[in-house]
Amino acid sequence: MKLHTFREVVVRKGIGNKWRVVRDRCFKYLLFILSFLGISPLVLIIGYIVVKGLSSMSLRFLFSLPVPVGEKGGGIANAIVGTGILVFVASFFSVPLGVLGGIYLNEYGGYSNRKRWLTYCTRLSVEMLQGIPSIVIGIVVWMWVVLGMGHFSALAGGIALGIMMLPTVVKSTEETLRLVPPSIREGALALGVPYYRVVLRVLIPASKSGILTGILLGIARIAGETAPLLFTAFGNPYFSTDITEPINSLPLLIFNYATSPYEEWHRIAWGASLVLIGFVFLLSLSARFFVSRGTIKKLSVNKSGNSKV
Amino acid sequence: MSGKWKHEMKMKNNGKTNNSTKLKGWIFRVGLITSGCVIVLLLGGMFLSLLGEAFPAIKHNGFNFVTSTVWNPRSESYGAFSFIVGTILTSFIALVLSVPFALAISILLCEYLPEYQNGKIIGVFLRNATDLLAGVPSVIYGFWGLFFISPIVRYFEELLDLPAYGVSILAASIVLAIMILPYSASIGREVIAMVPEELKEAAYALGTTKYETIRRVTLRHSASGIVAGVILALGRAIGETMAVTMLIGNSNILPVNIFRLIFSPGNTMASVIANEFAEATGKLYLSSLIEIGVVLFVLSFVLNVIGKQVIRRFAL
Amino acid sequence: MKVFTDLLRALRRGREREDKLKMSIGRIFLAFGFLMSLIAVPLFARGSRENSDRVEELLGAGATFPYPLYSKMFSEYGKLKGVRINYQAIGSGGGIRQLLSKTVDFGGTDAFMDDKDLAKAKASTNNEILHIPICLGAVVITYNLALNSLNNGLKGKHLRLTPDVIGDIFLGKIKRWNDLRISKLNPGIKFPEIDITVVHRSDGSGTTFVFSDYLSKVNPEWKERIGSGKLLDWPVGIGGKGNPGVAGLVKQIKGSIGYVELVYAVQNKMPYAAIKNSNGNFIIPSLSTVSLAADIDIPEDTRISITNTRAGRGYPISSFTWIIFYKEQHYGGRSLKRAQELLSLLWWMIHDGQKYTGALEYAKLPDTAVRKAETIINSVVYDGKPIRFNR
Repeated sequence: MKLHTFREVVVRKGIGNKWRVVRDRCFKYLLFILSFLGISPLVLIIGYIVVKGLSSMSLRFLFSLPVPVGEKGGGIANAIVGTGILVFVASFFSVPLGVLGGIYLNEYGGYSNRKRWLTYCTRLSVEMLQGIPSIVIGIVVWMWVVLGMGHFSALAGGIALGIMMLPTVVKSTEETLRLVPPSIREGALALGVPYYRVVLRVLIPASKSGILTGILLGIARIAGETAPLLFTAFGNPYFSTDITEPINSLPLLIFNYATSPYEEWHRIAWGASLVLIGFVFLLSLSARFFVSRGTIKKLSVNKSGNSKV
Repeated sequence: MSGKWKHEMKMKNNGKTNNSTKLKGWIFRVGLITSGCVIVLLLGGMFLSLLGEAFPAIKHNGFNFVTSTVWNPRSESYGAFSFIVGTILTSFIALVLSVPFALAISILLCEYLPEYQNGKIIGVFLRNATDLLAGVPSVIYGFWGLFFISPIVRYFEELLDLPAYGVSILAASIVLAIMILPYSASIGREVIAMVPEELKEAAYALGTTKYETIRRVTLRHSASGIVAGVILALGRAIGETMAVTMLIGNSNILPVNIFRLIFSPGNTMASVIANEFAEATGKLYLSSLIEIGVVLFVLSFVLNVIGKQVIRRFAL
Repeated sequence: MKVFTDLLRALRRGREREDKLKMSIGRIFLAFGFLMSLIAVPLFARGSRENSDRVEELLGAGATFPYPLYSKMFSEYGKLKGVRINYQAIGSGGGIRQLLSKTVDFGGTDAFMDDKDLAKAKASTNNEILHIPICLGAVVITYNLALNSLNNGLKGKHLRLTPDVIGDIFLGKIKRWNDLRISKLNPGIKFPEIDITVVHRSDGSGTTFVFSDYLSKVNPEWKERIGSGKLLDWPVGIGGKGNPGVAGLVKQIKGSIGYVELVYAVQNKMPYAAIKNSNGNFIIPSLSTVSLAADIDIPEDTRISITNTRAGRGYPISSFTWIIFYKEQHYGGRSLKRAQELLSLLWWMIHDGQKYTGALEYAKLPDTAVRKAETIINSVVYDGKPIRFNR
């Protein structure tokens, strides 16, 4: 039964002091207002991109190669594929390392272990990695990988992006693992499950959602980064799937075209931006859908008094 | 500890500890520690590489580097003070602006519009919208900011009788705040969602209102996670290049009055590196740019350590 | 269809089954990843790529200014000869750096390397770097005075400026638009009483270099206080990123003045000033006046700044843009074939390639420059011997 008036709430809920109810209501409204305000720039930005980018969308746009100014029928196919490859390479490097790192920080990050200084350093390293400007990461990877290999490559670009993605994955893994109720871990251990299986088969699945959020957040960020790719992946006007070759990517293309003098290229840049956020959006939606099955959402009690997971 | 564990394993498995299990367990533990080491080595390696490249500049510029506001490649005098101030200002203003909103979104999504209550379109919208914000390329943020935020700031500058450029530390901070919102919001959302229902039910059973529960139970429990998200957001703010560089006005002259300072054009370390690296020729010039990177490293280190001390005091 | 839905239902319901399925999926992924890394290793071990006989792709990097022109040229050349060229606009400095690191075949730069840098390069690489000009660009002064567009008489006309006035505006000495010196040059125009907002470049740029090079030649105070370079310590004003950044700021801020490449001003329909050149004529920047500016004697190595040109009808803030490459092409395992491809490309660019300049608002090379460039291309050697290539 809904409690409408203050008096009803105060009497039925036994609250006794109506100001508590007032504060509760105000808080709720404040939350809604702040959230609405917080999300409104997004609506503006997405709206802006959609309005400007829709005019250049077509199948040909998605499947053909870029052409120079003045020619008809330019597309962004190689950039789309390039971004996909770069994201894959970056995830290949950062997801295993990041998830393991997050597990490490959670398992060994307590107060009673002798490994504590290494944990402190790792945690600090992760936070500092997040703060390094993308261009500096690009410069360092240029020094290590490009000069080491002797030429530009998608691999170098992927490594640079992977480094950028790492902190997000580690942090979110650690934090969600930390919040898995200890009863689950202890229950598994009590049943005689070996430690490593407890982590891999019980704890990780329990925090799937959080880990996935971290990965998606990381991918979303790196999918839109230009600076680290300038000296590593370099760019390529042609189609390429070879990771030892330079490769084009959507943000690089957007940057080059948006900073050019031609109205035509500006239009293409907006279309590419639309494709980019569409890509991130689809990735996020589909990944959530597939992972949400079987996640432990809440330990709670449903109406009939049974434990609901 | 491992001795005790082995004993327990023997008890549970009828006195047998499977060898392959032990091996797998050992591999796992070693793997974990290795990953920690790799991450630390990665950062250390980066720092050393940068330091090595920056060394000629460090020798040449000396301490002046962090106190002088003159940045003149032609006369080879490099002073990064205005960039340092710009970075600190923009990051903190952005953080202050964005955290309330991010927190509001996280709490709203978990407490008032949770996933398992079907049919709440607003919830679905809000959840995906936050993640989508992270996916917008920084170049687009820059352009959008130039067309939307900069005129708004210019309008206020005219009202306040200040030179009406529009591009300023404030404009950059506003756009930065929007950019870093997803980081604190998403992670905050995840940790708040994982607060055990029993704790909250217990509070409700004692007669608290929802607000009180959130404030005293939920937030306390997920505090460390929320702060982790905030630190991640701060890191992002410090290192952002493209969007900031289009909105900050790129001027090295800093007014002394803090109020004027926010409304005046400035510069940040990351945007200077991004702007000048491609065209820089000359060993000393390049070296100095990398020295800015080193200073940024150090600044990030200091901020993070301070942040952790604050958390330790606050959480315990 | 029923099988499909059954499977889905089973996946959804049976946690155990799902677990097993996930386990096998996980194992497949692991195996896949392993295989991928196995493939990556031999790819890695392919070693120096220049050793391959078939040359399919040349790499170039550098100046952003000629990027649209180069992308058109390279696309046409590719259609003609089947050679793919990958040029990325990472900036003149980046181009020079990549050439020095030998990660590209040629570099592009708006500002030629000076003697000191060339000597250093020669010492470190034991090889000489050559410059050839490809086309011309110009820097124009653009402004935002659309305030009183009805009556200020500026519509359709170009603002007239002289070197000393320009210098003083950008030095911050002339602060308002209704200054006497500006109105003296532009009789009949009513200037608004507002501050001049200077907009310069925030990033290092060849455009800044050309502009400041010109000002250093014509304004002694500028030469002393600021000098010329790709990145300057501007005494006043705000910075925009790239040409579009400056153009965007000038368009938005009333009473602003800035400098951009001609092609930007034209494409964005912005007004630009007519500038008094060394002969006393007020020259309006255009493709023809820019080409005229280069119609003078240029040195053998083509490294010359043509700002403040002696040419009577030439626009005074014009410049070449160059492509740089090594004289001795046998370095780092490069094949003769690759050198031949490079030279063919360069030869084509200064001859047939020039026909693509006009449509994209770039000024073409005058004949004197083409002759000098030909000589330079012919001087490139492989193992000390001249290279025969398709012209």
